This record gives sequence, structure tokens and C-alpha cells, in this order.
Amino acid sequence: MKVVYMDNNATTRTAPEVVEAMLPYFSTYYGNPSSMHYFGGQVAKEVQEARSRVAALIQADPAEIVFTSCGTESDNAAIWGTLNSYPDKKHLITTRVEHPAVLNLATYLSKRGYRVTLLPVDREGRLDLDQLTAAITDETAIVSVMWANNETGVQFPVEEIAEIVKSRGAVFHTDAVQAVGKIPIDLSRTPVDLLAFSGHKLHAPKGIGVLYIRRGTRFTPFVIGGHQEKGRRGGTENVPYIIGLGQACRQAQTHLGEENKRVRALRDRLEQGILDRIPNVLINGDRGSRLPNTLSVSFEYVEGESILLLLSNLGICASSGSACTSGSLEPSHVLRAMGVPFTAAHGSIRFSLSIYNSEEEIAYVLDRLPPIIERLRAISPFWKKRTAEAG
Amino acid sequence: MWDYTEKVKEYFENPKNIGEVENPDGVGEVGSLACGDALRLTFKLDEDQRIKEARFQTFGCASAIASSSALTELIQGKTLEEAEKLTNKDIAAFLGGLPKEKMHCSVLGEQALSAAIANYRGRTIPKQQEGEIVCECFGVTDKEIERVIRENGLKTREEVTNYTKAGGGCETCHDKIEALLARVLKEEREARPAEGPPRPALTNIRKMKLIEETLEREIKPALKADGGDIDLIDIDGNKVLVALRGACSSCRAAEVTLKDYVELKLKEFVTPEITVEEVKP
Ligand SMILES: Cc1ncc(COP(=O)(O)O)c(C=O)c1O
Ligand code: FES
Repeated sequence: MKVVYMDNNATTRTAPEVVEAMLPYFSTYYGNPSSMHYFGGQVAKEVQEARSRVAALIQADPAEIVFTSCGTESDNAAIWGTLNSYPDKKHLITTRVEHPAVLNLATYLSKRGYRVTLLPVDREGRLDLDQLTAAITDETAIVSVMWANNETGVQFPVEEIAEIVKSRGAVFHTDAVQAVGKIPIDLSRTPVDLLAFSGHKLHAPKGIGVLYIRRGTRFTPFVIGGHQEKGRRGGTENVPYIIGLGQACRQAQTHLGEENKRVRALRDRLEQGILDRIPNVLINGDRGSRLPNTLSVSFEYVEGESILLLLSNLGICASSGSACTSGSLEPSHVLRAMGVPFTAAHGSIRFSLSIYNSEEEIAYVLDRLPPIIERLRAISPFWKKRTAEAG
Repeated sequence: MWDYTEKVKEYFENPKNIGEVENPDGVGEVGSLACGDALRLTFKLDEDQRIKEARFQTFGCASAIASSSALTELIQGKTLEEAEKLTNKDIAAFLGGLPKEKMHCSVLGEQALSAAIANYRGRTIPKQQEGEIVCECFGVTDKEIERVIRENGLKTREEVTNYTKAGGGCETCHDKIEALLARVLKEEREARPAEGPPRPALTNIRKMKLIEETLEREIKPALKADGGDIDLIDIDGNKVLVALRGACSSCRAAEVTLKDYVELKLKEFVTPEITVEEVKP
């Protein structure tokens, strides 16, 4: 069966060029970059080259790039690394819509003597910056706000937030896992102190991440060990994956234009097509400030898992913020924080595209989705009742 | 991806007995939109007082739909006395098992069946909660948790969550569930053999459903007449969180509308303990 992959916020296909770039580093160039001999030393040079490419994608200095094992490690390292550098400051600010990599750490910290402020969002998923400003005190060690939300694609005004946080003397971290590679990021102009991202969201493999640490930022290592990464993260470098990430970042940079034009147009066509073909549909998230590839859509009176399974039978891969797919029983914490009504929260589906998607695929989904929703609504007791009342 | 049996997939993809029986003898409705799954069961009896026809309407995940369809198949041709003996375990077994996180779907089926039989016998489901709410997130009471623990021989807190949903939200009720579980397990160990399991309590998710129904029936039409609308955001025990849309959200009398009207109606139709709070959009 043909696979129509529209779940790129979950993970992406490793680009064939990336795989190719990596392969020699498993077999031919397997040396340790820290070794004294030339065999290892030549690998160190390539790692350095990859670091430069990664830095270039976000307009950073290569020395500010630390390779980690994943986005989650980068987020954890950023927060722990800051808290441990400011042992007297016991306050942390983040948002209710963060990824578990930040949110669950915040919950953990709240049970261990830290005061945690979780900023709410409005119905469109936006933050109130006055509320953020008011929450920062002398006690605040770190503010962590994601660049873009993984479920809805809503982008926060990171530049403005960074200015606010810096002017109040706290450290600012942003989880940019969903943003890097999808939108232009220029850290020479946006004063974030720490930024996390992850390889597998931009066509590099799973299991490689980056923590950007602005020069001059106080940071206590999270993974303590050898002197690798200038003492900021112990552990022998994952050379093939670092090379792969370097290649992926180089490609991401050349594809940024396409991502923002062609992929955005595909997403918009999918969105408009769904709205035109299916009644009682809600688009989740501020349409004025969204990642170009993400569409979160709620189908009222049906449940997300049922939709996903029927789509999956047709080879269409999407994901759901709804409870029953995720192992937890509550609808997505993001949609709940946004106050999406219960009638819709359980029936939310996320389509997230990439440069590998085509117009034919969008047409295929638009052809197959409406009968699925119709069929599930025909089973739903609420839909019957609703139409009976309306008629 | 859930590990569903072929039978679950078959009953999800091609469910049998969808819809409503005409002029039903019994109607059972359990669950709600807020809970994420809901089931409406209708049945008709033949001259011999056997279930001639049973149909379902379900809002929920694949296993909820499969469990509902399985239920209608299982009770076909049974007398009510026979049907009454059916438990969630029979539904799960019919489907070749359910993932443990999905056992609450089979419990939903059992609840709908007892509600429908009670409805046939002219008993209305009591509106008041039976027992005390243990899990605020899902409005599950101690009585219900206790019944499910006993009927299914549950041993851990995770199992309680899988079967009743209690504890699957904010997790603040975990300690209470653990304590309840410890008490019931202790009692089970010391069980006097003369005493059978307590009669199944009627569904307690009913309250959420009543709130939704009351909003739809009593409140929305009136607000809409004034160009406004109301959304149910959350139910936290007896506290109902709503958001006003359109005309009433900008109206300075919104506060009055809420307290005087919505709360009054909910107190009247659901329970006098209800309080209403507005969530600012
Ligand atoms: C916003 C966000 N942060 C963090 C992560 C975690 O990244 P990783 O899977 O590399 O640990 C993800 C990935 O799902 C994400 O979407
Ligand atoms: S109160 Fe039980 S999960 Fe929130």
C-alpha cells in the first residue's frame, strides 16, 4: 500500500542524501574525534564542519552548538543547566502548552522545592505577554517558552519574549524543536540564551539533538563526563549522526523557501478543502501565526482514534491530540489549555506536511477523509441528536 | 498504535447493529462528549420477553465502537434476566480481549446495558451521585471504583484507571484511589463467603451528561435568542466551567446571566451543588 505520510511533526523521513553522508562514518571513518592519531583527527574536522552547518542554519557561532542525544535531552540540559547555575533562584516559568520534555520536567521540579508558573494561552493558543512580564521576579532563574507548538503549529513571538525576559534579568530558553528547519531563525537578532532542537524533525535521524548555548551564558553540564563539547556535554560524539545532522541542516537551509511557499500552499489547500467538504469542523490555533506545515483540525462529534485508524487503513498517516491514542485518557493538554470545547477536543487530527508531500497526496486525502467522518458521525449518538434538533 | 485483535478490528470497521431500534422497550445512555466516549443502547423485546433487536450509537475510539457492537450481538435473543448477568469481561472476551488501557470501553457497554434494562423496568437512573467523587477529572465515585475493582479483581491503581478512567487526568486523585484500593483488597481478603458482590451501581458519569443535556436543551436556545452562545469547557466535580461566546461575552450583564440563569438551570436539572464559573476567552 502506498504510504501518504503527513505526520512530520512526529518525525520525518531521513533524507536519502543524509543517509548517504552518514554511511562512511560507520565503516570507513570510525575513529574517535578525540584521538591523537590522524585517523581520529580527520573525523574531528568533519564534526567541526557539521557544527558549522548546524550553526549557520540558526545564525549562531559554531562554538555555541552542543550536540546531544535528542530534543528532550537538550530541553532537560537547558533547564537543569540553568537551575544548577543559579542555585538561589527557585522559580521557573513556562507555558501550559509545552511538549512533555519541558512540561513534565516542570512538574517534577514543582515537587522538589521549585515554584513553577505555567502561563495560560487563549482560545487561539496565544500567550499574554503582560502576564509573562508580571510573572518574572528576582527569584526567576529561567523562562522556557517553545518557539512553535507541535500540535497546533502556533508560533510564539520569541523575539519579543526574549527581550522581555532579558530586560528582567532571567535566562531565556526556547524549545525550537518544531521551528528549526521550518521557518527562518536568526539568533544574531533574537536574544535567546538557550535553544533546543532535534534532528529527526528536519530529515536527520532520530537520536541526535542540539543545544545552542549563547556565548557568555552560565551553564552547568547536565551530562557529566569527558571533556567533549568543550566540557558542556560528556560522551563520545555520535559522529555519523552529527555528520547526518550537518547535511540535513544544509538541506534545510536551501529548502526554507520551498517550505514556506509550496508546503504552505499544500497545507492551505488541505485546510480549505476540509472546510469546504465537511461541516462542523474547527481549525485549532492562530491562523495568523502558524508553522507553514501544520494543520490541527477538530471534527465535532467523532473521536480522533477512530478517524486515524480508518485513515491508516488507506495508508494515510496523521496523528491525533485526542486522548485515546496517546495512552492518557484526557484530550490533549494543548487543546484543553486553549479551551477547545469538549465537543471538538476529542476529535482532533493533526496533519503535518513536509517537502516530500505532493498535490496528488492532498487530493487523495481530501477525497478519502469526508466519507470517513460521515461514517463515524452516522454511528455517533451526538451527531444524530444534533441534526434532529437542527431539522 | 494499539494492539487490537482481528475481532476488534472487524467490529470497528464493519460494526453490526448501528442505529436505533424503532419504538424501543429500553434505552440506556452512558458516557458523554466530555468523557471522550458515550454509548446509546436501544432494545426491543419479542412476545417471549427476549431481546429481539438491539442497536447502538457510539461516540468513541475503535474499541468503544467494537465493544458496543459486540454488546448488541451478545444480548440478542437473551431474556433480561440472562442479559443482566453479562459483564464487561464477557464483552472483552467476545472480542478476543482488549488492550488493558481500553478496558473502560467494555465497562461502558456493561453500564449501558444496565441503564437500558433499568429504563425498561421503569426505574429512572437516580440523578444524584451514588457515593463520593474520587476522581474529579472524570467524575468517578468511590462506589463505582469499588464495584469495578470487585467485579474484575483489580489489583493496581493503573488497572483502576484502565477500567474506570479514574486517575487518567491530572493524577491528583491517585492517593485516594490507592487508599480505596487498599481498603477493598483488604475486605476482599477477609471476605465473608455468604455475601455476594454488591449490585452494580448505576453510572455516575451521568452527571456530566446531564450537564451537557441541560446546556443544550435549557440554556443554549435562550442565549442564542440573544445572539450569544455558551461552550462547556470543563467539569471539575460540581464546578462547571463555561465560556460565553458572541453577544453575551461582551455584554456587561454576562456575570448576571451566568449566575442567575445557567446556574439556576443546572441546579434545577442536575444537582443543587452545581456552581458555574466563566472562563475568559
Ligand atoms: C516541541 C517538541 N519538543 C521536544 C520534542 C522531543 O524531541 P526528541 O524526540 O528528539 O526528544 C519534540 C518531539 O516530539 C517536540 O515536538
Ligand atoms: S482527579 Fe482523577 S485524574 Fe484528575
